[in-house]
Amino acid sequence: MADTASADAAEQVLASRPDKAQLIEKLVAKLPEHVILHAEEDLRPFECDGLSAYRVLPMIVVLPETIEQVQIAMQVCYANDVAVVARGAGTGLSGGALPMENGVLLSLAKFKQILDIDTANRRATVQPGVRNLAISEAVSHLGLYYAPDPSSQIACSIGGNVAENSGGVHCLKYGLTTHNIVELEIVTVEGERMTIGSEALDTPGYDLLALMTGSEGLLGVIVQVVVKLLPKPERAQVVLAAFDDVRKAGEAVAAIIQAGIIPAGLEMLDNPAIVATEEFVHADYPTEAAAILLCEVDGTHAEVDEHIADVREVVEREGATEVRVSRDDAERAIFWAGRKAAFPAMGRISPDYYCMDGTIPRKALADVLIGIGELSEKYGQRVANVFHAGDGNLHPLILYDANIEGELERTEEFGGAICELCLEHGGTITGEHGVGVEKIDQMCVQFPPDELTQFHAVKQAFDSKGLLNPGKAVPTLHRCAEFGAMHVHNGELPFPELERL
Amino acid sequence: MQTSIIPQLRNTPDGEEADRILRACTHCGFCTATCPTYQLLGDERDSPRGRIYLIKQVLEGETPTQKTQTHLDRCLTCRACETTCPSGVEYAKLADIGRDLVEQQVERPMHERVIRWLLRHIVAYRNRFAFFFALGHIFKPLLVGPLAPLKQKMPPRRKALAWPSAENAQRTMIVLDGCVQPVAAPNTNAHAARIFSELGVRLIAPKASGCCGALSQHLAHREEADDFARRNIDAWWPYIEDGAEAIVLTASGCGASVVEYGHMLRNDPAYAEKAARVSELARDLSDVLADEDLSQLGDLGHGRQVAYHPPCTLQNAPQLHDNVAEILTQAGYQLTHVRDPHLCCGSAGTYSILQPTMANQLRENKLASLQAGDPDVIVTANIGCQLHLESAAGVPVRHWIELLEPAAAA
Repeated sequence: MADTASADAAEQVLASRPDKAQLIEKLVAKLPEHVILHAEEDLRPFECDGLSAYRVLPMIVVLPETIEQVQIAMQVCYANDVAVVARGAGTGLSGGALPMENGVLLSLAKFKQILDIDTANRRATVQPGVRNLAISEAVSHLGLYYAPDPSSQIACSIGGNVAENSGGVHCLKYGLTTHNIVELEIVTVEGERMTIGSEALDTPGYDLLALMTGSEGLLGVIVQVVVKLLPKPERAQVVLAAFDDVRKAGEAVAAIIQAGIIPAGLEMLDNPAIVATEEFVHADYPTEAAAILLCEVDGTHAEVDEHIADVREVVEREGATEVRVSRDDAERAIFWAGRKAAFPAMGRISPDYYCMDGTIPRKALADVLIGIGELSEKYGQRVANVFHAGDGNLHPLILYDANIEGELERTEEFGGAICELCLEHGGTITGEHGVGVEKIDQMCVQFPPDELTQFHAVKQAFDSKGLLNPGKAVPTLHRCAEFGAMHVHNGELPFPELERL
Repeated sequence: MQTSIIPQLRNTPDGEEADRILRACTHCGFCTATCPTYQLLGDERDSPRGRIYLIKQVLEGETPTQKTQTHLDRCLTCRACETTCPSGVEYAKLADIGRDLVEQQVERPMHERVIRWLLRHIVAYRNRFAFFFALGHIFKPLLVGPLAPLKQKMPPRRKALAWPSAENAQRTMIVLDGCVQPVAAPNTNAHAARIFSELGVRLIAPKASGCCGALSQHLAHREEADDFARRNIDAWWPYIEDGAEAIVLTASGCGASVVEYGHMLRNDPAYAEKAARVSELARDLSDVLADEDLSQLGDLGHGRQVAYHPPCTLQNAPQLHDNVAEILTQAGYQLTHVRDPHLCCGSAGTYSILQPTMANQLRENKLASLQAGDPDVIVTANIGCQLHLESAAGVPVRHWIELLEPAAAA
């Protein structure tokens, strides 16, 4: 079976051997010398993003300071058939900004300006390197905020949020990045500027804004974003409920949603996660609990009063051993602080951790958590679970030590098994962190070849040479065939029609 | 994070400590959010995470060049990254190790060597600094070229206040007299001594003590810093044996250094124990005063507007505790709202002299946020910040302790 043209192009780009010296010369001819890094000493700090298990030394790093420089860099790479990987704050957890040894890494970190705040229309126009939290900080005095709040919001930048369609604690009620932006400006692979979306709520034609959001740097380089701002709710309050059994906590999640409450956030931490984060934030989490739920409701005073009472009733009925309600915003912030710092806090109990991102129907929560526990015993590795329970987005953190030989490989296998467990329960392999390089093989399990072929056709329409972030997010059928060869599931080879190498 | 430190370093105390620190880092990037240099420059190599990587390369056997040195030099050592880090990475300790290693392998250009030598051999010694300070005032017009930033930094000469006798005091505490502060702001400790004397505490500043060692430490001469620490311990020890309750630090920059004596001298059998005891006794001035009954001071502020700049060392050194805002509020002052209090003012020890461009940009930003609330006075808790801000501020900049003396507060 023939692969698509785009997939062929991507394979060629992946295998290409561009002349580094020549490319540097061409870039230096058109760009200031200090924005081009090519010595190993300078390149090394860029070799990975937030997923440090995967590292590749980039051939060249370009640190542009203006959109014109981004365009020039793209034009030079396009003319020379060189791949480009765009990078924002480098906090991604799926290796989406993993560099290529034969490609250019394009950092957008110098684009840090908030260009315009339009209170009448509740919009902000920002450059891609603006930190997620910096937007809310800049409009806080106007009573506004930007809703999507990934846990890394202190550091992650909006360009990366768009590329990954980031969610966060509050996306259960307020949606993902795609629901909170109205317009993008991108630089195409050819180096041209293009505006996608508009200030209006809807535009005629295909919804390219939604297509671009979450495209993981495969379709264009984001250079400007217009985000929606929301009025800060009159009040927000959090219920912290402790359970002595993970199953009860999982069932309480389904019960809250079933009761017709739409929490602003509904999160769960299991015991290892509670213990590790408590060390850092001292939020007074009950460290003996098997799991805790954090359920935030927001709105008018009357709404919040009513929903807090409802949530309390539901969790008590589901067997919560302890229920606390935040008394003020300071306490609410403390309740959340542990959750938000939970991933990196694992650095305190384990030298390395591997974060998964599977999403499952809420009703399957308890079963999947128990399944993960069984896998943990099978692989002999500890797992901490911290996740967006309300939307069924799991974040199992597999703890390991990269200095022990073979442990990363075993961890990856374990991670793959968790992904498949999610799929078995009707879920998906990623909720919000993106596929990147980390979950690319599991894409072969989630999508049949025909669908992948359509993905490649979309890519072809934007980037016929396959230069933008090749090897990420959408696997070539070739790769799936190789993955299938080494990964026989339930005695069946996926893609049986493909020839094995 | 995975590490493979070269064998010749791996089993040294530095190598072991660096490995421990590196392995706690998960490369999450949270630290980049509060790093003043990354926020200004947007270059990974000027972020804590990038610097950790640069240091890791050297520990893993790569030969650094001046470029690595430049990015390490640009670090303010403000330690905002440590406060932000959820994994507990002790960045400053790693930076000290890294700077030393790079210093051994990369030779600096002559003018840098000269200015660094001068800083270590003049500024760190009270009498020499006093001499040059006086000389500087005479020859101010001649400060040009690499010395020009000094001219701007030179504060006016101030008349020294009398130190109280406090003969009847029952209690004793030690105060560090340091190097720059007694010359450039001699009244900070005098004010403190007068207030303590009213509280029944005799504050003593043993003559033999001096620079805390931070200057040498940040200029990649840790052995010299250790010597300063030993000298201070020797000067203080008799008073500690006599029952001095605390070592009061009126400059938080020095405070952050003294609280680390226990760590710095942990491998020195002759001093390890004494150093640990000194670190235990070391406390910031505001922390000590917060334990005393200050109600007798009464309403000194009468609602005067004060902008407080908490020094990085007071915010980020985990052993120091900041009670300045509470004390000033209790004394009747009104604290104005200051945006981004976590960002460094650019003083950072010798930084404002060695990295004037960055330092001045940070100061400009800091003064804009400090002056936004239209204060009558700006106060801080560290001599470095005080002098650096004073040289460009539109309102007086003082040590906060001055506001607790009725005569000075007016």
